Amino acid sequence: MVFALLKYGLSKAYPAREEIPRTPDLKSHYDVVIVGGGGHGASLAYHLAKHHGIKNIAILEKGYLGGGNTARNTTVIRSNYTDQRSIRFYARSLRLYEALSNELDYNMMYSRRGQLTLSHSDGVSRSLRLRADAGNFCGEANEIVDRKQIKDLVPSLNLDIKGMPILGGLWHPNAAIARHDAVVWGYAIRACERGVELHQRTEVVGMDVVGDKVTRVRTNRGDVSAGIVVQCVAGYSSVVAKMVGLKLPIRSYPLQAMVTHPIKPFLDPMVSSTALHCYISQSARGELVIGGSSDPYELYNTRSTLELKESLAASALEMFPFIGELKVLRQWAGITDMTPDYSPIMGRSPLSNYWLDAGWGTWGFKATPASGFFLAKAISDNRIPEEIQPFQLDRFERFDLVNEMGATAASH
Amino acid sequence: MKIMTCPLNGPRNITEFQCHGEVHQQPDPATTGDKEWAAYIWMSNNTAGVVREWWCHTPTNFWFLAERNTMTDEILATFPIPADGPLGEVL
Ligand SMILES: Cc1cc2nc3c(=O)[nH]c(=O)nc-3n(C[C@H](O)[C@H](O)[C@H](O)COP(=O)(O)OP(=O)(O)OC[C@H]3O[C@@H](n4cnc5c(N)ncnc54)[C@H](O)[C@@H]3O)c2cc1C
Repeated sequence: MVFALLKYGLSKAYPAREEIPRTPDLKSHYDVVIVGGGGHGASLAYHLAKHHGIKNIAILEKGYLGGGNTARNTTVIRSNYTDQRSIRFYARSLRLYEALSNELDYNMMYSRRGQLTLSHSDGVSRSLRLRADAGNFCGEANEIVDRKQIKDLVPSLNLDIKGMPILGGLWHPNAAIARHDAVVWGYAIRACERGVELHQRTEVVGMDVVGDKVTRVRTNRGDVSAGIVVQCVAGYSSVVAKMVGLKLPIRSYPLQAMVTHPIKPFLDPMVSSTALHCYISQSARGELVIGGSSDPYELYNTRSTLELKESLAASALEMFPFIGELKVLRQWAGITDMTPDYSPIMGRSPLSNYWLDAGWGTWGFKATPASGFFLAKAISDNRIPEEIQPFQLDRFERFDLVNEMGATAASH
Repeated sequence: MKIMTCPLNGPRNITEFQCHGEVHQQPDPATTGDKEWAAYIWMSNNTAGVVREWWCHTPTNFWFLAERNTMTDEILATFPIPADGPLGEVL
């Protein structure tokens, strides 16, 4: 131990393994160009390389790997949605997450906590009942719980919030959290081992379209030609789509969150209240992770506001009055690509070789494994798998929306 | 606290206002096909830069237009709805 310390402390040849390869030179052509190196881009690259033998892939990331919303989210992983089409999709993602540390041989710190969604009104109680029944119908565990059961699950929760007492809740035992960075790092490392090139600090600044095809992708480091281009750029979905002449049903809003300093573990499940616009979990480090609803107007800016932080703190205090002495340690925002129905846009675009992975808004972290899995299959077979068929862009033209507002707006 | 200047009520806390999205021209329903109508309903410019939007001061229910930079979070101008003439959709 002491000798090792001396040896490596004095030597420049430190044996640390460089797991994420340095950015190589751009080649002139790739079979698949993925715009955006967040969890979704990395997952797509991994699945294309692993299951479909497509290896000549470049991920182009304007900043650093996973520095977008992947690094900014509150890591709620759950499947308690309303519409069966969503429940089945997110349930699949949850299953992939459960096995992900093994699949990638990389520790995701996946932690099954269960999620408790609170109701303070008859209306919300009814919608929770609908979600419980729809989930159970699809084979996903859900349970309606009363005040006594809530007290047993979270003894420290204040049930008698002034003006809005807790009436009951939805208990979703399989909900979990995971380490967000590890998810994107794990996928990227294993993708690169299979030949995928990760280009950090490589911003896509334009694309050339000839007929119904994207022919060139222009970046700040030079141009490349591509067989297929996929955009996975979250908050910047509309900006990048505009480069190929597409308009999307997306509006970009900041979403803010914060963590307190660490305290002794007291909160095992995640707790969320739509009426209070607040959800809380305790991280493995003991920090309280607190999030809420989106900012009130559209913005491409990750500034924070005191109003939002005050309202999060006020709601958190209603639920757990004894945390008043805690200090906020960090706070931040990410830019989320919100769709009208709170469901994603995955699949084809009107251009023949341009694919979309967008509209993940405030709910896309939990979908990172499944979006990559199904989109890779779609691209390689040139056929949309049934599981993601409902989420194609053309649903808006058909007025066939997948409405998940009630199950998403404040619990992500 | 961020301040927005209402053309009717003067400078007020922005929490008193609601944003109702970008100004865009409604196509004529009588001559518009389903596809175009769906695009009008759902699609959004979602511009990164200067936008022209509908805003409402909720306590007085006063509607007006604002020009805002969505990259810098700056409100550049606010003005009453022009009595006639174009609203000035920013494409
Ligand atoms: C505060 C907050 C809390 C959230 N909580 C949850 C949650 O609890 N559960 C959940 O499931 N989801 C949650 N989300 C949503 C989730 O974070 C996102 O949906 C998900 O991370 C999107 O992953 P992504 O890979 O598509 O995007 P990102 O990780 O944002 O990656 C997109 C990448 O594209 C890059 N890019 C953009 N433009 C260009 C360009 N022109 N050229 C090259 N690269 C470009 C960006 O730099 C970025 O790295 C939350 C989001 C926020 C902001």
